[in-house]
Amino acid sequence: MSATVAGGVAVLEGKNLTKYFSVKRGHGVLARRALLYAVQDVSVSIGAARVTAVVGESGSGKTTVARMLAKIISPDGGEVLLDGRPTPRGRPREYARQVQMIFQDPFASLNPVHRVRHNLVRPLKIHHVTDDVDATVTGLLRRVSLEPPEEFAAKFPHELSGGQRQRVAIARALAVRPRVLLADEPVSMLDVSIRLGVLNLLADLRDAEGLAILYVTHDIGSARYLADTIVVMYAGQLVEAAPSVSLTDEPAHPYTQLLLSAAPDPERPQPPSLVRSGAPPSLIAPPSGCRFHPRCPHAMEICRRVSPPSVEVSSGHSAACWLHVDSDRRLLEEERTPGSVATTDPSAPQSAPECSQPTSTTRTRRKEA
Amino acid sequence: MMAPEAPARTPSAKPAQLAEPVLEIRGLCVDYGYGADAVSAVVDCDLVLRRGEVMGLAGESGSGKSTLAMAAIRLLRSPGVITAGEVLFHSRPFSEEGPRGTIDMLAANDSVLRTVRWSEISVVLQSALNALNPVITIGAQFDDLLRVHRPSFSNRDRWNRSAELLDMVGMTADRLRSYPHELSGGMCQRAMIAMALALEPQVILLDEPTTALDVVTQREILEELMGLRDQLGFAALFITHDLSLLVELADEIAVMYAGRVMERAPAASLFHAPRLPYTYGLLNCFPPMHGPRRPMEGIPGSPPDLRVLPTGCAFHPRCRWAMERCRQERPVLRPLGGPNREVACWLHAGDATIPRELAHPEPPAAAGRPAATGPARAARARR
Repeated sequence: MSATVAGGVAVLEGKNLTKYFSVKRGHGVLARRALLYAVQDVSVSIGAARVTAVVGESGSGKTTVARMLAKIISPDGGEVLLDGRPTPRGRPREYARQVQMIFQDPFASLNPVHRVRHNLVRPLKIHHVTDDVDATVTGLLRRVSLEPPEEFAAKFPHELSGGQRQRVAIARALAVRPRVLLADEPVSMLDVSIRLGVLNLLADLRDAEGLAILYVTHDIGSARYLADTIVVMYAGQLVEAAPSVSLTDEPAHPYTQLLLSAAPDPERPQPPSLVRSGAPPSLIAPPSGCRFHPRCPHAMEICRRVSPPSVEVSSGHSAACWLHVDSDRRLLEEERTPGSVATTDPSAPQSAPECSQPTSTTRTRRKEA
Repeated sequence: MMAPEAPARTPSAKPAQLAEPVLEIRGLCVDYGYGADAVSAVVDCDLVLRRGEVMGLAGESGSGKSTLAMAAIRLLRSPGVITAGEVLFHSRPFSEEGPRGTIDMLAANDSVLRTVRWSEISVVLQSALNALNPVITIGAQFDDLLRVHRPSFSNRDRWNRSAELLDMVGMTADRLRSYPHELSGGMCQRAMIAMALALEPQVILLDEPTTALDVVTQREILEELMGLRDQLGFAALFITHDLSLLVELADEIAVMYAGRVMERAPAASLFHAPRLPYTYGLLNCFPPMHGPRRPMEGIPGSPPDLRVLPTGCAFHPRCRWAMERCRQERPVLRPLGGPNREVACWLHAGDATIPRELAHPEPPAAAGRPAATGPARAARARR
């Protein structure tokens, strides 16, 4: 499934990205290695002068996608394309110069024993960007609205507030004049009152300098505000991709609908009840078929057996859900996959220990009470 | 079911008369450090938590909201010092044992505090994974608690009660054998809530209980909590920086800035008709989920340094309507128009022209009851 970039050229593209992590299960002699399917077959493209948001719960693989695009970790499957061309293995310096990452925690991502100036000069020196270091540092601090720049350059990170630190982190990413910014939850550690300031800064960078920005977040409200395109991830897979307003106004995938109904929204008269809506599955033993089916209110027989294809719901809006597949194709799929698939792996959702939220027995017990 | 004798809340009778206070905080001041180095984290705060109500306490980090709550039950860590004020706990326990009558929390000695903490006023902390003991099972932690506070219980009673409590928050009894690291963040927080409710407290202090959780889990837990509130009748002080969440949840909201309560109002009034520029700014920090996208400003500047507070109103450097008076004189909390709402802002005192944004009409009284308890009640009816 691919997020299409409307009206822009894809600068950076991840194609069918897949990542497994090997994790240890059990203790001592019983310890076993198991594979954790962190990201499976996810395609994202980031266009110039566009913000693409990746939205999902923790553990949905959104940060892993960003890190694969930054080449901090290498994918186990799929490839990363820069300007449509395959990128070399590893993380060559030339790649890092074009694709920069901003991390979640500005308290941890800046070197605390050096002044802001040093933090900004490092990338300039490493990448031989410029000779006039002082003017560049001043310019960078101006670009992220830290005025007066001379004063901020002389400060230590601990003398800055969270928002200012994140601005320094953004300035550092901008130092090498990248074309792509990968922002991994850039505002979630900041106070609510200064979040919009940082988001607006990212929007300005997109509009004024044509940066391609990937905005990873769990807050669908801020994604709607900032992003042009939103892709929604669930349990390591892409479930929906669409222009941001279209996605939030007409969510097609039941998971997106769940996310939207959970977001705080004081304006709606009656928030929908989400009691017992379950939890994301274990990624070591993910459910068969659609990974959302154990929590899905509309789950059908085929959802348990066959992973849904991505279908176009409307122009530029695609969702991976059987509900949007026309019935002929669904029946065809159903016939093609023998029912025995279901019998070989019927316990997948139950076998996942992390998703042992309320069992049906508790639910009935509570009803009686 | 736990505490069948708990007073049933009658929501329809709510807005007309106010419930009796259960926790009264008056003029509370808290400093960190002594003498010249002291930083005033909480200054002259008044709050009244009423029986069975949810009071929301909102503000940025460093605004003193957690300090205020921790000081009220004397859980403040050194170098925090309570320098003035009084905290009265009007106890009317749900169970037979437990102290009755008014307790002056700041004057109480350790043995009195021991009868109050946890059994009458309990706390749920932000990071459940850190708040639970990592080396013993959830069941052992319940057992610890009940062994001390319910000495008459047998082993079997304690186990049954623990299982019942977990069931109340939507967890199965087999989780009692789990260690905290075997549970997800949401489950740990549920276990924490079950533990806080174990002794049928009258007041529960929730210090950012869902900040570390995902939105879906957050809403589930809050719904559970509100359902339990309706069922058990405890009052809650809910501390969070997420004002949009509070509006859906709380009966009344107090907004803190730089250690002071700056605005206090019923939740619906605060949301539809904020009077304080800071509240207005906070409400405009959350991009709407509907309608056309438009640029939003948030609040310019950053939260003040408590060591060098601006003169006059602490918010004036970030306020778009700041006047000369705001730079010189500090506004005090004063009653404003509608019932039980107060605001500390010069715009609403004297003959200043009130900007249009801060002069929205009060919502109709029917909306005085926030919507959030609706689904909790509906959810309970479905069960």
